[in-house]
Amino acid sequence: MKKAASLLVLVVMLITVSGLASAQTELSFWYHGAGNTAEGEVFQMIVDDFNASQSDYVVVVEDFPQANYNSSIVAAAAAGDMPDIVDIDGPVFANWAWSGWLAPLSLSEGATEGLLPSAISEYQGDLYAVGLWEAAVAVFARRSVLDANDIRIPTLDEPWTADEFDAALEALQATGEFDVALDLGMVWTGEWYPYAFSPFLQSFGGDMIDRDTYLTAEGALNGPEAVAFGEWWQSLFERGLAYGTSQDGADRDTCFIDNRCALQWNGNWAGAAAAEAAGDDILFLPAPDFGHGNIIGAASWQLGLSATSEHPEGVNAFIEFALQDEYFVAFSDGNGLAPPTKDAAGLTMNYSSGAAMEVFYELSEAQGLVRPVTPGYPTMALIFEKALADIANGADVQDTLDAAVDEIDQDIEDNMGYGFEDM
Amino acid sequence: MTTAAEARRNSPLWVRWLLPKDAPLFQRNDAVVGWLMAAPALIILTVFLVVPFLMAFTMSFTNQRLASPNPAEWVGLRNFERLLNVQIFSLEPERDAAGHIVYDDGEIAYPRLRSFTRNNPDYPHLDGMRELTSWQAGENRTILLAADVVFFRALINTLIFAAVIAPLQGGLALLLALLLNQALPYISIFRSVYFAPVVVSMVVVSLLWRFIYDGQNGLLNTLLGIVTFGSFQPVDWLGNPYTALPAMIAMSAWQAVGFHMVIWLSGLQTIPTSLYEAAGLDGCGAWKKFRYVTWPGLRNTAVLVLIVITIQAMGLFVQVDVMTRGGPLDATQSVVYQAVQRGYAKQDIAEGSAISVILFVIVFVIAMAQRYITRERN
Repeated sequence: MKKAASLLVLVVMLITVSGLASAQTELSFWYHGAGNTAEGEVFQMIVDDFNASQSDYVVVVEDFPQANYNSSIVAAAAAGDMPDIVDIDGPVFANWAWSGWLAPLSLSEGATEGLLPSAISEYQGDLYAVGLWEAAVAVFARRSVLDANDIRIPTLDEPWTADEFDAALEALQATGEFDVALDLGMVWTGEWYPYAFSPFLQSFGGDMIDRDTYLTAEGALNGPEAVAFGEWWQSLFERGLAYGTSQDGADRDTCFIDNRCALQWNGNWAGAAAAEAAGDDILFLPAPDFGHGNIIGAASWQLGLSATSEHPEGVNAFIEFALQDEYFVAFSDGNGLAPPTKDAAGLTMNYSSGAAMEVFYELSEAQGLVRPVTPGYPTMALIFEKALADIANGADVQDTLDAAVDEIDQDIEDNMGYGFEDM
Repeated sequence: MTTAAEARRNSPLWVRWLLPKDAPLFQRNDAVVGWLMAAPALIILTVFLVVPFLMAFTMSFTNQRLASPNPAEWVGLRNFERLLNVQIFSLEPERDAAGHIVYDDGEIAYPRLRSFTRNNPDYPHLDGMRELTSWQAGENRTILLAADVVFFRALINTLIFAAVIAPLQGGLALLLALLLNQALPYISIFRSVYFAPVVVSMVVVSLLWRFIYDGQNGLLNTLLGIVTFGSFQPVDWLGNPYTALPAMIAMSAWQAVGFHMVIWLSGLQTIPTSLYEAAGLDGCGAWKKFRYVTWPGLRNTAVLVLIVITIQAMGLFVQVDVMTRGGPLDATQSVVYQAVQRGYAKQDIAEGSAISVILFVIVFVIAMAQRYITRERN
């Protein structure tokens, strides 16, 4: 009798425990930035707040090192074991959506209002990801150096023209005070090349792909405008105005701070260190205009919903919850990232009016152009990177761009147009 | 003579569990034990080598993508054709209206190759091909065109790498082994020092050597500057297409030389000292002792070292990935780097597989040829 009673108690306890567990559904969330404590802490704060704010879902974060994050997702997708909430690098989302790994988000009306367009990732009419921050690239400079060489300080409305920029580089190089006039960050292989350098090409009037059809790069990447860009690009290295592809990583990190390069093409994440080194002398200048507008790359890491998630409502609720000024400000203050809305920008330490990096928000808003939104982007980006590296090293401009076009077009054809036409 | 029961009693617990009660295992069925012992290695080899290779072989005849909603299809030899297709093309000089050859700065002017290889309906078989190399043939320019120039560059670089590094690294390792095969005090310290780079990960070594080879203020340039009293002009070792591959070869040889030194040392120590003593009595000098005692005694070691270095060299990847990513101007492309780059980064796993299959065939042929050349001739 006693035995039976204790058994009954055990059964009741088990039911209660499992009942409690099933009342709250677990949502897994993979985060790309293991080791980035400032950013990770804000994410943890959002997760804790969200978990406390309702009783249906519990979000659980798993950290991945950035270098291995994308391959982890690829492996997880192949194994059918994706997390519910996916962290996505902006330009890759279309590839993942096309591969069937992401499901469209269904946020309530107005949830994305006020966000920079580049923080909203749409493919074929569906919303797949939203960003909680934005990144921007600028020309880092010292006011004293520009003044000493009679170089005009450009503004967003009146950026440097191609000739002005070129003359400025020549003048700075001629002073003999610097290793090079301009540090482009050639050592940062990978996504930096299309992110930071394709805007130059676009400003010349070319592009990585024909954005009308997304079916060919012919004309866009090897037309006269693109060749003009290539000739200019090559000349930067021929004339010794910029570090080449064999640049030392340490030079990238320190040359502007140590005054060994006069200008540096760098992102907002490096802005705080540069501002600290140069003090009031620091300038963050907009990209030059080579004829077709002054442009910088856009779209950073964003949040999306995996196609295999059994709880899309929960994921949508979480992402909507994360879209609050409070969190935008926390990411910005914690990690130097640009906030994705104007309201949030005004509340941050670095981007509010008069603050050191205020200009970056304007840059994102005024100059930001997303990289081509096509599933073929990851392959295209690598082809583009190799073409730019080869041209920098002296390869024939037209032949190199032709070869890049052929490879991109072949890839598009192999993938049956990546969904951009019925084949 | 032990009985089956005794053998059973004496065998370890796991054998007794695994096998039926009165299996006369140790007398009659050694083969079973043999297979059991080999099983762990065989299973691992099958799962991680044989199966992936068979998969790669199969995939190389499809258009399988790493990720794609489109179903994979058989495409026959398409991937191999795209990689290996070469054509010879003769470029005729430009002529003016009167049919005379046009000269440009004293040199014969030719039309641009791209006017034939891009969208020219008269030359469909050349579409998209690029120049691999060219030579002058009379007034015409003969051009070797390849559909995949980068792959051929990778193949040529890899073969050069292997051809240079096998004698270089093997020879250096032998030299070190001979120097260290002496009963000197503290000799083991030197052995450890030369072996140290082998223990360090290739990724770390590559990163360090990037600093050593740096064109601005790298250690090597600084050192050469000091030695030559400043008359040496700094070289951008990894940034110059002519020095990048030699620099990579030198660094790779340095990293792995210690490993083969140890193999040579073990070979040297199997040679009986009595042979040297006898040779000494016969009046042999150091060179003759090496030529007639040491070298014949190292025969099998030499074959092993040669084949191992060659096979490792054909798998050149980490140095390329960390130091140059194939640049500058494809001077350091390697076959494995291209296989990974295309199969994984560019998501074209079928093409990456095709490259792996080609590499497998090449390595197999080279290894067999080496085996044949170095066979015992009796």
